[in-house]
Amino acid sequence: MSNPQKNPRKILVLGATSGLAIPVCRLLAEQGAQLFLAARNAEKLAAVAADLKTRGATFIDTAIADLDDTAQHASLLTHAVNALGGCDVALLAHGVLGDPAELDASFAKANAMLQTNLISPVSLCMWLADYFVSRHAGVLAVISSVAGDRGRKANTVYGASKAGLTAYLAGLRNRIDREGVTVLTIKPGPVKTPMTASMKGAEKFADPKKVAVQILDAIDKHKDVLYTPSIWLVIMFVVRHIPERIFKKLNV
Amino acid sequence: MSAKNKFESWGRYPAHDARILPLQWAADFPPRGVVSGGALPVGMGRSYGDVCLLKDGNLLSTLPLDRLLAFDAETGILTCEAGITLAAILDFAVPRGFFLPVTPGTKYVTVGGAIANDIHGKNHHVAGTFGAHVRRFELLRSDGSRTLCSPTQNPDWYAATIGGLGLTGLISWAEIRLKPIVSRSIDYVGIQYHGVDEFLALSKENSGVEYTVSWIDCTSTGKNFARGIFMGGDHSKIPGPLTRSPEPKLSLPFDLPGFLLNRASVSAFNALYFRKQRKPRVESIVDYEPFFYPLDIALHWNRMYGKRGLLQFQYAIPWEHAREGTIAILKEVAKSGLASFLAVLKVFGDVPSPGMLSFPEPGITLALDFPIKPGVSFPLFDRLAHMTQEFGGRLYPAKDARMTAAEFQAFYPRWESFEKYRDPLLMSSFWERVTGKEPTL
Repeated sequence: MSNPQKNPRKILVLGATSGLAIPVCRLLAEQGAQLFLAARNAEKLAAVAADLKTRGATFIDTAIADLDDTAQHASLLTHAVNALGGCDVALLAHGVLGDPAELDASFAKANAMLQTNLISPVSLCMWLADYFVSRHAGVLAVISSVAGDRGRKANTVYGASKAGLTAYLAGLRNRIDREGVTVLTIKPGPVKTPMTASMKGAEKFADPKKVAVQILDAIDKHKDVLYTPSIWLVIMFVVRHIPERIFKKLNV
Repeated sequence: MSAKNKFESWGRYPAHDARILPLQWAADFPPRGVVSGGALPVGMGRSYGDVCLLKDGNLLSTLPLDRLLAFDAETGILTCEAGITLAAILDFAVPRGFFLPVTPGTKYVTVGGAIANDIHGKNHHVAGTFGAHVRRFELLRSDGSRTLCSPTQNPDWYAATIGGLGLTGLISWAEIRLKPIVSRSIDYVGIQYHGVDEFLALSKENSGVEYTVSWIDCTSTGKNFARGIFMGGDHSKIPGPLTRSPEPKLSLPFDLPGFLLNRASVSAFNALYFRKQRKPRVESIVDYEPFFYPLDIALHWNRMYGKRGLLQFQYAIPWEHAREGTIAILKEVAKSGLASFLAVLKVFGDVPSPGMLSFPEPGITLALDFPIKPGVSFPLFDRLAHMTQEFGGRLYPAKDARMTAAEFQAFYPRWESFEKYRDPLLMSSFWERVTGKEPTL
């Protein structure tokens, strides 16, 4: 109940049961925000919605949706914005990590990942960009990844999906920032979430609560790009500047 | 999915390897795929011995199950998932004017752990155990069943699961009754005493005080034998700030060498602690954090005991032999020359514990801790366990790493009828040790 806002923000969260969306939504709920949550699994979505309602969200509505199905995006987003009675911030948090070895071996799996991590968010962003531009306001916050900053053998397809998303968001920002719409590209390093639970060294990954505080701060400050935790700004600066003839031989 | 990982109990003894599988959602239980070696739901690992361990098995971490599902601000009834910590509940509840019905000496335990060990706190003499404030919960079994348990619905499963050491199934969510407060403050009183009889007289005089506990110096002999400070507290009735507690900043980042805690250093600490309170009686207003959780101020304080860790010893002896038993055991401890850094004496009240295997019973409870020194502290523990049994008392599984199967079975005669409520998938190193059973799945 930390300072409920006079005019609670209306927030649309896609992929609301993801490990990063949940802590961000908790902070928003504690501020008394109004939330519309979309996710695929009904039972998980119900648990998350109950949690956010209990923590202080002043309005909660949900939709069970498979966000891979781009044909449904327009009706889903129309419904969500109507239910909220407007939208100030849209947070796109869905994504998959996959098993790198399987992805390298199977085009079908690679294709499915590109659909989830790249095609689906592009489709959602196109609709939301039009909506926010029509209002000359809004924050479009999208979770990409530091992995999109440079391709590595450890995550060829995942890195490509996030690189594509990062590039798309940069282009979109260049187009609609001048219309009063903020496009925030969120690039988390490895965070302790269900998605990364099976990875080596997972216990040393960043605390999702701290990452969530930085994400919310970036939304509030209308930032363009957020590396979180901040150390990844430095790490990726270095990684981006290693010459390719050296980088191609590294095992990073 | 994840490789073998280190999961330590708070005493860091015994140490067993296990796989840690986080449960992100209630539906993740029972774990899919081949699970060999049995499984055990675990929370924060704040129990001291091996009730939260399973050698070469699968520890199902409930920490991701930390959602609040409903709260009624009129009645104070909170429904939450079992992996949420009491610290997180306080963060939520205190700003809304509510407090935990029962809290142990650390807030870093989960609701599931609090139920599974049927924990008690400084208000046991008036409020009973944590389990007494659990209205109902859902129990998931490895056969896929989901059972609602309350004192009236499936009361046998309710009684088996409270104090059931996590062995009856996974508690997915629970409903607990919080109590209203108007301030973070506690009206505190500290009273010096000398000897068990003075302690008992103070406990009687102050039985109307909601929270009572006493620190006792068990290194001193002669005229200082069993001296201590009786501490009482009530939630302040004067409205005050209801802010959220700040995050702890201190953490003991590495193990201290074990020899730092020796008889000389602990005796010196005890003398200082006793004299820190200069007058025989002190009254003040204190924040609830230092009153309830003096040690939570430093995360990982157990590292103070070095790599070898610590053993806790806690008995409850019923009134019939409570006084003589306590005096005899305190004498035995003083005679041993082993120094207990944290020694806590308290009267257990007569609110019945709901669990089949609950520890508290009306009488006196004493909690001690000692650094692990196999040649020295183990024989003392074995003597104390034996004395506890002779005085008709029992030991606390959540703080035990030493009692024998014969002792446990004498302390908890209902263990055999409990066995039929144990989930065939679930097992703990403790249960293997005190029953000789092995995982059946």
